[in-house]
Amino acid sequence: METRELICIGCPMGCPLKVEMNDSEVVSVTGNTCKRGDVYARKEVTNPTRIVTSSVIVEGGSLAAVSVKTKEDIPKGKIFDIMKDLKGVKVQAPVHIGDVIVSNVADTGVDIIATKNVL
Amino acid sequence: MYDVVIIGAGVSGSASARELSRYKLNVCVVEKEEDVCCGTSKANSAIVHAGFDAESGSLMAKLNVEGNQMMEELSKELDFHFKKNGSLVVCLHEEEKPNLQELYERGIKNGVKDLRIIDREELVKLEPNISDEAVAALYAPTGGIVCPFGMNIAFAENAAVNGVEFKFDTEVTGLEKKDDTWILKTNQGEIETKYVVNAAGVYADKFHNMVSDKKLHITPRRGDYCLLDRSTEGFVTHTIFQLPSKFGKGVLVTPTVHGNTLVGPTAIDIENKEGINTTQEGIDELINKAGSTVKGLPIRQVITSFAGLRAHEDGHEFYIGELEEAKGFIDCAGIESPGLTSAPAIGKMVANILKELTNAQENPDFVGTRKGILDPKTLNKEEYAALMKENPAYGNIICRCEMITEGEIMDAIHRPLGAKSLDGVKRRTRAGMGRCQAGFCSPRTIEILARERGVDPSEITKAGGESKIIVGINKDRI
Amino acid sequence: MLNYDIVIVGGGPAGLAAAVSAKRNGVESILVLERDKELGGILNQCIHNGFGLHTFKEELTGPEYAERFVKQLQEEKIEYKLNTMVMDIADNKVITAMSREEGMFEIQAKAVVLAMGCRERSRGALNIPGYRPAGIYSAGTAQRLVNMEGYMPGREVVILGSGDIGLIMARRMTLEGAKVKVVAELMPYSGGLKRNIVQCLDDYGIPLKLSHTVVDIEGKERVEGITIAEVDENRRPIPGTEEHYTCDTLLLSCGLIPENELSRSLGVEMSPVTSGPLVNECLETNVEGVFACGNVLHVHDLVDFVSEEAAAAGKHAAEYVLNGAKHQETEAKDIPIAAIEGARYTVPKTINPDRMDEKHTVRFRVGDVYKNCYVSVYLNDKRIIHKKRPVVAPGEMEEVVLKKEELTAFPNLSQITVKIEEA
Repeated sequence: METRELICIGCPMGCPLKVEMNDSEVVSVTGNTCKRGDVYARKEVTNPTRIVTSSVIVEGGSLAAVSVKTKEDIPKGKIFDIMKDLKGVKVQAPVHIGDVIVSNVADTGVDIIATKNVL
Repeated sequence: MYDVVIIGAGVSGSASARELSRYKLNVCVVEKEEDVCCGTSKANSAIVHAGFDAESGSLMAKLNVEGNQMMEELSKELDFHFKKNGSLVVCLHEEEKPNLQELYERGIKNGVKDLRIIDREELVKLEPNISDEAVAALYAPTGGIVCPFGMNIAFAENAAVNGVEFKFDTEVTGLEKKDDTWILKTNQGEIETKYVVNAAGVYADKFHNMVSDKKLHITPRRGDYCLLDRSTEGFVTHTIFQLPSKFGKGVLVTPTVHGNTLVGPTAIDIENKEGINTTQEGIDELINKAGSTVKGLPIRQVITSFAGLRAHEDGHEFYIGELEEAKGFIDCAGIESPGLTSAPAIGKMVANILKELTNAQENPDFVGTRKGILDPKTLNKEEYAALMKENPAYGNIICRCEMITEGEIMDAIHRPLGAKSLDGVKRRTRAGMGRCQAGFCSPRTIEILARERGVDPSEITKAGGESKIIVGINKDRI
Repeated sequence: MLNYDIVIVGGGPAGLAAAVSAKRNGVESILVLERDKELGGILNQCIHNGFGLHTFKEELTGPEYAERFVKQLQEEKIEYKLNTMVMDIADNKVITAMSREEGMFEIQAKAVVLAMGCRERSRGALNIPGYRPAGIYSAGTAQRLVNMEGYMPGREVVILGSGDIGLIMARRMTLEGAKVKVVAELMPYSGGLKRNIVQCLDDYGIPLKLSHTVVDIEGKERVEGITIAEVDENRRPIPGTEEHYTCDTLLLSCGLIPENELSRSLGVEMSPVTSGPLVNECLETNVEGVFACGNVLHVHDLVDFVSEEAAAAGKHAAEYVLNGAKHQETEAKDIPIAAIEGARYTVPKTINPDRMDEKHTVRFRVGDVYKNCYVSVYLNDKRIIHKKRPVVAPGEMEEVVLKKEELTAFPNLSQITVKIEEA
């Protein structure tokens, strides 16, 4: 049995959460004062995911860089692989919100898309 | 081979250069920093002292009063900000009134005009925020305030226009004399000259002692300051000193020519000639002491604190003249307060010494006036419209705190001895000098500097040397 | 001279929402003035996600959130001018502005909405001792350089202040290849959102040191090191607790200040607590027909609330234009709202029971962290709201909702009080 400690991000309360785990199975969540803590803890210990945002260079546009993000959540452990994949990426203007900048970034199956229009 | 090399592009060196440019002399100023006005001249009280402080009969007293009298006209000739706002030395204890009288008499002896002692009633009329403890004051209507960068830059620019060469990032490491020629060893190679002027501020003892056995000893005396936002304009209108007494020396509270309020300085003797770091104790001391002469100082409006080093020679006197023991070497040393006030007179004195020594002819092409950076805020609507038509960059506000336009920044970059760094732009235009302290405008100013100088933005520094703002591009180290 | 019914100063989230709302409330002639080269304000450099959960029920990045409003602005065919700096607003509502293209020009407005946003507290305002080398940035300046220009402002970073921008920049700098060594926070609690502490610091193993401040900055040309120390309850450094970090960069995230120089010279009355204008429930200042919203009014944590507040300001500005000063004429008086005992201020500062909508949200901040407390509202001496809260903190804006029927029904109402009560 393994115990993981987390801080809930649901509200400013920041409940200290304790998650009892049996291998990859959540046995119990304690320390939370509301339902949100339970949901957060279960997700965070079994499949923590994040949206990654960055910006890449644009050539020939009205701005020097365009902001980008992973279109969906990606596994937390992949964050730095994604950043490595974004190194040196340059795009040509015009770029529109939602345009795919890198597809299947770092083999996550998730695309990097633009979050800004640069014309 | 130069006729004269001046070490140091501070206010003394630059004033001397400007006065020397009246003569047919081949003059060069060497400066270890990237710009003029980078040492003592950039961080001081910005006061034009009336001249009652210095010991009667001293060179300091003489040049102070002379400099004070020259300032107004000079500020017009060279187009820098100066205001004769008057100064007040405030007496806080009845029993110290004799000291005030003594100061008054010294002032009279030194030749200070219009001095008088005023009672509390008149003092309160002049300065409603004066301390409730104040009992009387010495009022010197001839006291003033000046933009120290403005004056220093004006001298240097005018000197450059009249043919003086300036070498920046040039640090003198050694001095040698061969026959009648001085050889300056620098990080940029050797420079030969007939005469050397030592205007090196806190380093003046170092160069003096290289050539003389009669040693000078200069202590960097640090002064911490707090600068308050322009929203405090009018809190005081005169320069308020505290009468030095057994209770201590106090600090001054003064308006600046640009409408800020300045509080300072402390006086802390240190060893390090580059030790311009402020300390918590220094800032605390300032805030404490400022409360003794004025009440309700809006200290929460502080926008920056900084420290400067006074070049304090043990004898507390200006040392200006050719050395007996090292002919052709002219000291301009021990220039501490009232050095800024005295600078115009110091320049004249140094130039006169060299004129005598060299028998130089007057420079018939000398132009004695200079126009500063055009401030569009001083124009009326029609003039502004005409200016913008000519150069639309004057319609683009870059520094929103001080309302400085792209046009002014471009002027600062392209004029003689133009700005190369953010601080260079700041001291010339005030962009970045306001309440957000360049948070907003620095990326934009970097862009303009890079574009106008034709370099990559990563080359732009805060103040030369290794003071880079941008150290690389995103992800370059992953 | 140009003429518009409503001129909105600032094209960030507040200005955009105010403009759209004013238009939808019946005013045709609207002009937005923006000093930057694009609309959207600070959102353009906030490329992280987490915006819009309240407004659009989805998580957007800053630029995406801005774009939604820019689109609305364009759909509503609202005029705007970019690269245009407002120099002055006179009390007759003549606005003097300047741009490269048009030079100096004047606009006569019937109503003005102040939406200028805020600026960051600088190192100078914090009076941090030490040298003044390159490498000291406000977090927002660094954010602009990294996110919008693609430049690294430093390699090894210490951050002072755990405001949200500081936390966000800790993550951004880390992702872009810098080493963030520590975040020091003067207060015993962070001013940032819990979620940011976990996802920007904990995710990357960046330590957060509460009750710590910077006591020295080394390096003559570029930052070479930073010393931090623990502070006592009076926020003074405790000798002997100094810790030194070798670094080339210090980022400051120590609070935001509403940018009210224009408002002040216009004669708008200010709150010494928020540094923003004092407004009634219409978000109107003491200068008739001049409204304020967004971070120029009081600093918000969430842009969604900025948009909501700005929409209200836009609506009231429209009403003012359409109905003239008549909207002021009510039988009831403006009732002052006092913020005491833990509550630091409220927006609005007064409320008029006749004029108010059926419900009005009063927003405020607390001065300290309170656990297991009650947020209470009194009409005169009668408590009408007593809401239990497990925790309230200065970093998160609070709200209470006042009902018109309750206020109008209350006999001789002269004072509303908001306070925090211990359990």
